[in-house]
Amino acid sequence: MNPVLSVRRLEKRFGAVVAADALSLDIAAGQKVSLIGANGAGKTTFVNMVTGYLKPDSGSIALDGMDIGRRSPRNVARLGISRSFQIPQLFIELTAAENLAVAVSGTSAQTLSFYSPAEAQGRRDKAIELLERFGLADQADRPISELAGGVRKLVDIAMALVRRPKLLLLDEPTSGVSAEEKFATMDRVIHAVAPDAATIVFVEHDMEIVNRYADRVVAFYSGRILADGDPHDVLKDPEVRRYVTGGGR
Amino acid sequence: MKHGRPHPLVMILLVAAATLFGRALPTWTLSLATVAASNALIALGIVVLARTGNVSFGQGLFFAAGGYGVALVANAWGITDAVAQMIIGAVCGGLLGLVIGPLIARYSGIFFGMLTLALSMVLYGALVKSTALGGSDGFNVGRPSLFGTVFTDPREADFMLYAVSVVTTGLAGIAATILFRSELGLASLAVRENNLRVEYLGISANRVVTINFVIAAIFAGASGAFALMAQRHIDPQFAYWTTSGEFVFVAVLAGYQSVAAVFVASLALELVRSFSNLYLPNTWQLVLGVFLLGVILFLPRGIGSLWIRDQRKRVKPAVTRPVAAEKGVAL
Repeated sequence: MNPVLSVRRLEKRFGAVVAADALSLDIAAGQKVSLIGANGAGKTTFVNMVTGYLKPDSGSIALDGMDIGRRSPRNVARLGISRSFQIPQLFIELTAAENLAVAVSGTSAQTLSFYSPAEAQGRRDKAIELLERFGLADQADRPISELAGGVRKLVDIAMALVRRPKLLLLDEPTSGVSAEEKFATMDRVIHAVAPDAATIVFVEHDMEIVNRYADRVVAFYSGRILADGDPHDVLKDPEVRRYVTGGGR
Repeated sequence: MKHGRPHPLVMILLVAAATLFGRALPTWTLSLATVAASNALIALGIVVLARTGNVSFGQGLFFAAGGYGVALVANAWGITDAVAQMIIGAVCGGLLGLVIGPLIARYSGIFFGMLTLALSMVLYGALVKSTALGGSDGFNVGRPSLFGTVFTDPREADFMLYAVSVVTTGLAGIAATILFRSELGLASLAVRENNLRVEYLGISANRVVTINFVIAAIFAGASGAFALMAQRHIDPQFAYWTTSGEFVFVAVLAGYQSVAAVFVASLALELVRSFSNLYLPNTWQLVLGVFLLGVILFLPRGIGSLWIRDQRKRVKPAVTRPVAAEKGVAL
C-alpha cells in the first residue's frame, strides 16, 4: 500500500541546533502514529515542516506521492493535511460555532462571499454537527473567551477536522488536561475524529495515552528517529527508555 | 457575531427618513451634515479595514485620488452630475486600491499603517510639485448638478448634495452591515485575531485584507468626490496626513463593531468641532483632543460599544458555571 505521508532525508537546522537530521518516515493510511520525544527532540519541527509552516533545508515531503515540501500552510491544508495545536489557536472573540463556520468557509473552492451570511444554514449545520461529535453543541454560541482550556482544545481539533483531512496532526491533544480526564478526553477525540480522518499522527508526552491509543510509535531524539514500531516494543527499547521516557517511567 | 443588527429594509427606511429630514434642517446644518456624511463614508472604510486588524493612516491617498479624478474628468468632459461624480470618485479610489492592496496586504500592524501614510505623503508631494494640477493651490471645478438639473438656489444646491451624500453613505452603511455579517466579514475578524490559523484553515489572509482594503479605497474615493463637490475646489491638502488623521479620528471614536456608530461619531465630531470653533476659536483643537480622550478612556471600544456591549450582555447565559464541570473536561 502506498503511504499517505512519505518523508525522505528531511533536514532542518536552527543555527547550531539540528532539529531534523535526515529524517525518513512513511505513514500508511489508517494508522494512528504517536510521536514521542523529550522537549527539543524535533517533534513539533517535524509537524511544522509537514504542514508547511517551516521549509526544510533539504529532503522531501510527499502527500499521496505529491511533493508538498515547499508549499504554504494554506496549500498543504487544501491538499488534505490538517493540524491542531498544543496551545489552541482559536478566534477568542468569536463563538465556538463562528470558529467552526470560518473553518467551513475555508473548505469552499470559491472566494469568500461578501453577502452570504457567515452562519448560513449549511455552514451552521456543519459547525453544530462537528461540535455535537465532541459533545459541545450546547457551547456553540458561547465566545471562546468564556470556554475552559479543555473545551478550547476540543474546538481546536474540531476545526482541524472540518476539511475531512487525509492526515490529521494533533500536537499534544491532552496537554493541560488533568490525569483523571485525559482518557475521557482522548476517547472523545478518537471517537469524533474516526468518521473523517483515517490517519492520525499525534505528538504526546504521556506514555499511558501512547500505549492505549497508538498503533505505532516513532521516538525522536536530537532530530533523529531513535525507534519506530509497535508501541510495546518501542517503549521497551533501552535507548528510548534512556533518552525519551526516562528509564523508570 | 450576532448582535441583532437592524434588518436592511429598516435601514433603507432610516436612510430615506434622514434624507427627508434634511428639508427641516437649517441651511447651515446642511453643509455640516454633508461633511459629516462624507467623512462617515471614508471612516466606514477604515472600520471595514480595521476589522482585519489593520489601520490605514493614509486614506487621504484614495480621498485625493477620488477628488482629483472627479475634478479632472469634470473639467475635461464637463461631467457635473453629482451621482456620476460620486461613481467616478469611487472608481478612481477603487482602481488605486486594487494596485496597492495586494502589495500592502503582506504587512500588518504598525508597518501597514506607516506604509499607507508614506504612500499618501508621496502623492501629496507629487501633487504639490505638479503645475499641471495647480500645484499647492489646486484648482476649481463647477457647481454639481443632478440628473440634468442645475440648482441655482444655494439652499436647494446644499440640500441636493446633502441628499446624495446621505443616500450614498447610507447605502454604503447597509452594504457594510451585510458585509460584516457575511462569510468575508467573519473571516475578517478571524484574520484580525489569528491570521496564521486562518491560513491553516485554507483561507488566504492576504486576500481577505486586500478585499477589505479595496472596499475602503472605494469608500474613500467616493468621499473625496463629495468633498470636492462641497468645496468646488481641490488641492493637495486632500492627501495630507492631517486629513487622513481626521478620518482615523472618526473611526477610533466609532469603534469597529457598529456601522451606525460611524455616522454618530462623524456627526459628533463635526458638531464638537463647529461649536468649539464658534465658542473657543483659539482652543478648539484642545476641546477635540479632550473629547477623544474621554471616548478612549470611557468607551475604549468606541461609541458603538454603548449598544453592542448591552446586546452581548443579553446573549450571555445567566449562569456561567465552569465549562470543565459541565462537560467533564478538566482545565
